[in-house]
Amino acid sequence: MNSLALPTRRDEAWRYSDLDAVKSVWPIAPATQIAVAPGETAYHHLLQDAADTDVAIHDYVITVADGASCHFHILNSGGRLGRVTLDVTLGDGAHFELGGAIIGGGSQTLEIVTTVTHAKPNATSVQTIRSILGQTATGSYLGKIAVARDAQKTDAAQSVKAMLLDRTATANAKPELEIYADDVKCAHGATVGELDKAALFYMASRGMEPAVAQTLLLRSFIAGVFDTVADESVRETLETAALARLEKLA
Amino acid sequence: MNPMLKITNLTNAIDGKAILKGLTLSINAGEIHAIMGPNGAGKSTLAYTLGGRPGYEVTGGAATFDGQDLFELDPHERAAAGLFLGFQYPVEIPGVSNLQFLRESLNSQRKARGEAALSGGEFIKIAKEKAGLLGLDMDMLKRPVNVGFSGGEKKRNEMVQMGILDPKLAILDETDSGLDIDALKTVGAGINAIMRKPDKAVLLITHYQRLLDYVQPDFVHVLAGGRIVKSGGPELALELEREGYAEVLAA
Repeated sequence: MNSLALPTRRDEAWRYSDLDAVKSVWPIAPATQIAVAPGETAYHHLLQDAADTDVAIHDYVITVADGASCHFHILNSGGRLGRVTLDVTLGDGAHFELGGAIIGGGSQTLEIVTTVTHAKPNATSVQTIRSILGQTATGSYLGKIAVARDAQKTDAAQSVKAMLLDRTATANAKPELEIYADDVKCAHGATVGELDKAALFYMASRGMEPAVAQTLLLRSFIAGVFDTVADESVRETLETAALARLEKLA
Repeated sequence: MNPMLKITNLTNAIDGKAILKGLTLSINAGEIHAIMGPNGAGKSTLAYTLGGRPGYEVTGGAATFDGQDLFELDPHERAAAGLFLGFQYPVEIPGVSNLQFLRESLNSQRKARGEAALSGGEFIKIAKEKAGLLGLDMDMLKRPVNVGFSGGEKKRNEMVQMGILDPKLAILDETDSGLDIDALKTVGAGINAIMRKPDKAVLLITHYQRLLDYVQPDFVHVLAGGRIVKSGGPELALELEREGYAEVLAA
């Protein structure tokens, strides 16, 4: 991914990106390496709230060894381009879990790109992505799940939901399954929607100010993404930052 | 005395189709009015139009609430002014608890009226009292708004909300539908306890006489074809129940 040549639209993983923004910071730093040792459990998170004019690109290469488990939580909400990529390889019986929220407005391009490779049997993976996009922002989730030939009993799930606050915002959701084993479970679902108008009227009829009602509905939409953060102070940090960003969108 | 709600020659349209065709009705403080009428008469449309639901376009006529032009106000401003709309089909809001929903609503209203926000403790006290009055388990108020509630529980919840928000005028759209006899009694008693006061008024919209056994109306109106075609006292509801709309309207 971090070759020296500038990526183009033809590169699948860059398809919806802001290539002008990428060009301004090219070449980008090498990926952060994370290795979770056999049987261990690791928790990582990324709060990406760069300044509006920044270009923030974060790449991770993660290996989760046999019987190990890795939990990753992302709030991707800053920068003119905010891009987070995870390239995960799972060992026998390993587990990987991603909770990601994308919250953007203005003309931001925000994306999360994951490749989860089930290289060995019995591994499990879950990706939950919730995007909230206003104005002319673009939010993308590209999630590839690759199951190797002998990676039987793989259990992979992907849930992607996006909420558009304006008709001018864009959400891309691209699940990609590449399965070479025959005894596997790969579930994926993607939806793009708008705020429930019936709920907004119901809330208004009780006197709730429209901005408060919108923030409440959006909070409930992304609720759950950070539920599995083990460290309470980290969870609070992510939730507080998400809420602050939501309030700016309302 | 000026009426609390004064509707004059109201017409409206949904998707360009006229539903209300010149409806006139006045409600004074201290009064309970019932509107009855056949399916498709425009009963729910009247409720939604007064509540300001998007898509319920007012094409003519006027409505004032406490002397204020009702249609000048946004839906949340109408609520803050003291209007409560009880929904025939209360909306489910996953992920937002009833308590959070009501506390935000009440505090939005209080802010609009220049009153201080209620603390968590003060709010819970009111919520407990009103839930008790309607026989709704306090645990249900901790659950997401109307999610997984039975039809009867949703209607009780509407009345708990009414109790907490303490409006001047309640427009209750088929609050009795989906209720069994016991729930009907509880809800009827709740409406009386919360709203039967000299400074409050109620507009009950219903198909049936049943609820009116528990909440005695001062006036009964028949809505048909987008207009009030007949008005009378409580005896009119009994007559309708006995003889049917067609018979009474033909007379």
